[in-house]
Amino acid sequence: MNTSDIFNFLKPKNELENQGEAIDNRPYIPDELWVKCPVCKNPVLSADLNENKKVCPKCGYHFRIGARQRIELTADEGSFEEFDAELTSTNIIDFPDYTRKLKNAKLNSGENESVITGIALIEGYKVVLAVMNSQFMMGSMGTVTGEKITRAFEYATENRLPVVIFTVSGGARMQEGILSLMQMAKTSGAVKRHNDAGLLYITVLTDPTTGGVTASFAMEGDIILSEPKALIAFAGPRVIEQTIRQKLPKDFQSAEFLLEKGFIDAVVPRVEMKKTLSHILQLHGAEKVLQEGDSE
Amino acid sequence: MSAFDSVTAARANDRPTAVDYITKIFGDSFIEFHGDRRFADDKAVIGGIAELCGKPVTVIGLEKGRNLKERMERNFGSAHPEGYRKSLRLMKQAEKFHRPIICFVDTSGAYCGIGAEERGQGQAIAENLSEMMTLKTPILSILIGEGGSGGALALAVADEVWMLENAIYSVISPEGCASILWKDAGKTAEASECLKLTSQDLFKLGVIERIIREPKNLDSTMFESLKNLVAQTFDRLGAMDTEALLQKRYNRFRKY
Repeated sequence: MNTSDIFNFLKPKNELENQGEAIDNRPYIPDELWVKCPVCKNPVLSADLNENKKVCPKCGYHFRIGARQRIELTADEGSFEEFDAELTSTNIIDFPDYTRKLKNAKLNSGENESVITGIALIEGYKVVLAVMNSQFMMGSMGTVTGEKITRAFEYATENRLPVVIFTVSGGARMQEGILSLMQMAKTSGAVKRHNDAGLLYITVLTDPTTGGVTASFAMEGDIILSEPKALIAFAGPRVIEQTIRQKLPKDFQSAEFLLEKGFIDAVVPRVEMKKTLSHILQLHGAEKVLQEGDSE
Repeated sequence: MSAFDSVTAARANDRPTAVDYITKIFGDSFIEFHGDRRFADDKAVIGGIAELCGKPVTVIGLEKGRNLKERMERNFGSAHPEGYRKSLRLMKQAEKFHRPIICFVDTSGAYCGIGAEERGQGQAIAENLSEMMTLKTPILSILIGEGGSGGALALAVADEVWMLENAIYSVISPEGCASILWKDAGKTAEASECLKLTSQDLFKLGVIERIIREPKNLDSTMFESLKNLVAQTFDRLGAMDTEALLQKRYNRFRKY
């Protein structure tokens, strides 16, 4: 990891879309030498944090990370080939202020959409990889998000490849109205065809995964993993509190809570994620591509 | 009529609910079945089998209740995961016995509560979406009142989706939208316009195939013509080759 990365890391922007769910603004890594961990409050050297895949070395808190960094941590070096990088949303139902929000989202994230898709090798195993991006309108799912995920699944089905998706999302993108809701059905249809072709789909839920993404492809994996302490919900905690007018129990809707309730297969720390994915891929007979330096 | 007039009409207490449609279209032939075989029977979902013009059909509805007592029992039409699991069980049963499925959708949304989250509301909806996409029998969904987001979509992955003239279908409630956009849940009328949630808007966007005109007081002539329309549609969809039907259903949602 290049330590200069931290200087390029984006600070949280107020314009970042929050879909009304209770997604707290946990800090992204600021470009300072020292970072205070929001959980254990200890100061951590930024360089150490980067070395440790943005996991607090003192308490294990997993800082939120951007999609490009996630790809860097997951895919073998230089193996990622992006699909549909140019695809981007437009203000399809002429929703107030959406054009400006999209423009800001692009500026803030440096990306065209809330998901990045492509082909990657994970310890040599060839997969279709999709990584959602919380820095683009809180990872909300619009028509282009749904389109890119659907195309990724269709490509994987056609080429008989496993799919790995890292989810992070505030839910369906309100600014695209009913058409964003339709993405839940569209992506689910593509997942189902991939499933019916006997192919492997692994989802990795990261903080936060909520709303229409939870109620579609995030929960449709053959194997569902999660990062520790990630918030995973259909309705966000604030919405539930408003509905039932009582305080929610501590750790409600955390990855560990869902594990106990039987909705995810395993909670896997970030530092072990790549190894775990590769192990699962190997046990499913995934195709291994020999790379330079590999021996038979 | 403004979008907000439709919102008001769609939510009106005296509007017919799924039970009314079932009674008026299927009469005494409807037999209700209960339970998801996993946890409970969710009364926000009513389901069973009935006869339509001499042929068996599976009927599923999101039911709000017609008076306060019923509304409490039915949780105001907001289903828990077990409601969606009951509906999927009945849909699988329909597939097994080659019956077409008709869904009546009327909900402000899937229930938001502790139990609903604990028992996997997101997973239950997700499973309906993916399973319905490849269910080997015709599915018709009719939005009769409110179509609230994922909780409505979980019964609307269908070969055709119809809407009553004053029904609404939206990714978020106008109140929720207004409170996010303008930090003011009172600006419901403006939000209703922005969301494009009326039957006219949705027809233009290609999200629904048909608008059912609403005569004053939704009288019996409407139910009679709706019944005939449903029967004809099932005949037409039922005549299709299964592979072609499923490809068409996939394409229907693929295009968005």
